Amino acid sequence: MTDTTATPRRLPNRLDSPFKATVLSWESLLVLVAIAIFILNSLASPYFLNEWSLSDMTFNFTEKALIALAMALLIISGEIDLSVAAIIALASTLMGWALQFGADTPALVAIGIGTGILCGAFNGFLVTGLKLPSIVVTIGTMSLFRGISFIILGDQSFKGYPASFSWFGQGYVYWVISFELVLFLVCAAVYFVLLQRTNFGRRVYAIGNNDVAAEFSGVRVARTKFILFCLTGLMSGMAAVLLTARLGSTRPSIAEGWELEAITMVVLGGVSILGGAGSIVGVVLAALIMGLVTFGLGLLNVPGIVMSIFIGALLIMVIALPILFRMWRQRSSVRSA
Amino acid sequence: MKALTKHREIWLGLAILLLLVIVTARFPRFAQPQNLLTIFNDTSILMMLALGQMVVILTRSIDLSMAANLALTGMIVAMTNAAFPGAPIPLLMAMCVVIGAGLGAFNGVLVWKLSIPPIVVTLGTLTIYRGLVFVISNGAWVNAAQMSPDFINLQRMVFLGLPLLSWFAIVVALLFWLMMTRTPLGRSFYAIGVNPTASVYTGIDVGRTKFMAFTIAGAMAGLCGYLWVSRYVIASTEVASGYELTIIAACVIGGVSIAGGIGTVTGVLLGALFLGVINNALPVINISPFWQMAISGSAILLAVVLNARGEQRKGRIILKKAEAV
Repeated sequence: MTDTTATPRRLPNRLDSPFKATVLSWESLLVLVAIAIFILNSLASPYFLNEWSLSDMTFNFTEKALIALAMALLIISGEIDLSVAAIIALASTLMGWALQFGADTPALVAIGIGTGILCGAFNGFLVTGLKLPSIVVTIGTMSLFRGISFIILGDQSFKGYPASFSWFGQGYVYWVISFELVLFLVCAAVYFVLLQRTNFGRRVYAIGNNDVAAEFSGVRVARTKFILFCLTGLMSGMAAVLLTARLGSTRPSIAEGWELEAITMVVLGGVSILGGAGSIVGVVLAALIMGLVTFGLGLLNVPGIVMSIFIGALLIMVIALPILFRMWRQRSSVRSA
Repeated sequence: MKALTKHREIWLGLAILLLLVIVTARFPRFAQPQNLLTIFNDTSILMMLALGQMVVILTRSIDLSMAANLALTGMIVAMTNAAFPGAPIPLLMAMCVVIGAGLGAFNGVLVWKLSIPPIVVTLGTLTIYRGLVFVISNGAWVNAAQMSPDFINLQRMVFLGLPLLSWFAIVVALLFWLMMTRTPLGRSFYAIGVNPTASVYTGIDVGRTKFMAFTIAGAMAGLCGYLWVSRYVIASTEVASGYELTIIAACVIGGVSIAGGIGTVTGVLLGALFLGVINNALPVINISPFWQMAISGSAILLAVVLNARGEQRKGRIILKKAEAV
């Protein structure tokens, strides 16, 4: 992306025992952080440890995390998509528009997801077909997609979604388990298998580590990246369906700033922003941590914008601390020798 | 190679002229000198910010935190002015530049000393700085009644027929032009963008140069913090929200390559003017301002496509020359 020369990539050390590798992994650090925040939350607010509170907590991250799953693959492959929140806005707007012509629930869902895939394919075509840098392309399409929403809606909003549609964002499958949570868990499992257990997943890593070498070893780099952009669009379309159903209304400013939160989840989850490394487990844990932090602070009446300070600081700290630790260890080892 | 970059600036200039001609054809008053000066004045802040961003992008980095930096510095200076109405404005402006540079330097240190990718650093500081605006102001606004008349009127003072705001942009543009073409620092921004490894061998400290780029961008954001707040006579948490992308758009339209190493002061100024003309023309030709976002999005995409063409062609020409030698 913008900087590919700064740090050499750390290669996995095969001499470490699997047990030691698991204990020292990024994912186990995230588990510890999640547990710590969970305990802090329970101590800080008496309203936290309650099955309905915890169920509400999941709504804080499921929609963004759906996008983060696909974004993780995209970033591992060395690309990025900043237009995901704008895709949500456009998909939601087109759903609301179709509603004015009497579209029923299946049609609405199809329009939302279809818009997402088309937008993703458009990004993918510009990046892989015309060989343009993804960061600028998606900054452009971000303005374009949300701009179309503004043209259609102006300062108006679409309301009046049918109850059967609202179920996607507000319904519960069983007891306190929401449809959104179930959908997220299913998608997380699918993406885990896709990235870590299929040839396609191996190709994504290969492209991220060295796309020229991948091309020469027979990986269709452009096609794989195109598919990843479409997947990111698809997940944004799904998030648009869930979010629109949950809010029950569409404004052009819907989901503003979500692209940054989705990327924060991915980076927090241990995916290298330079591409080539990362896991779905990490991203899911990072999503959970962000949900816990924002919900816990919300229970303490901390305004959303102040929470964003914590999220921003968390993002920089989780990246900086391991680097600082490594520098400190190197320095002390030099001194002892 | 130089002829080609000049070439694209000429094309961009022509595109702006064409835009002016089309709008003027329907509304003759649009091209009156007074209105053109207004457009320039309206675009001044974007020009200065885009010049700061250009330096960062040249070094293969990106600064997403500029708008948040602007909002935070703007809030600090507005609150200072509200608390001490007597404080001299030049002092306040110097304070803005220093605070902005400090916030930029924080980005720079993280990129330099910890080698964290710039996009991650500035994504983080974007939310932190924006959040801090809310924290220091408690979510309240600083409005016209709380600001001193000098604070508001300084940039509106007319000097040689132009408001001071325009003069700021002109002076800043000249300083950037001098820096980029006449100083070792300016050349090293290009050098590490074109080839960081080769730059190290020629004795350039890549990390430190990036740090300088972020500090300069921060200083611009800080200066514009004051100018923005006194221009729109409001300081709030929402100031310049989402503007970071407009700044990058001005750079990209102006021909700055996101891959680093390519970009000129003239190009960036024209890129900013292009957006400025569009924004001013829309209400005149009676297009809803809601079209603005989609149009600037399309302009960015068109610009990247054209940039990519230009860069590819340039590569071939260099090779041919090399073969000839």
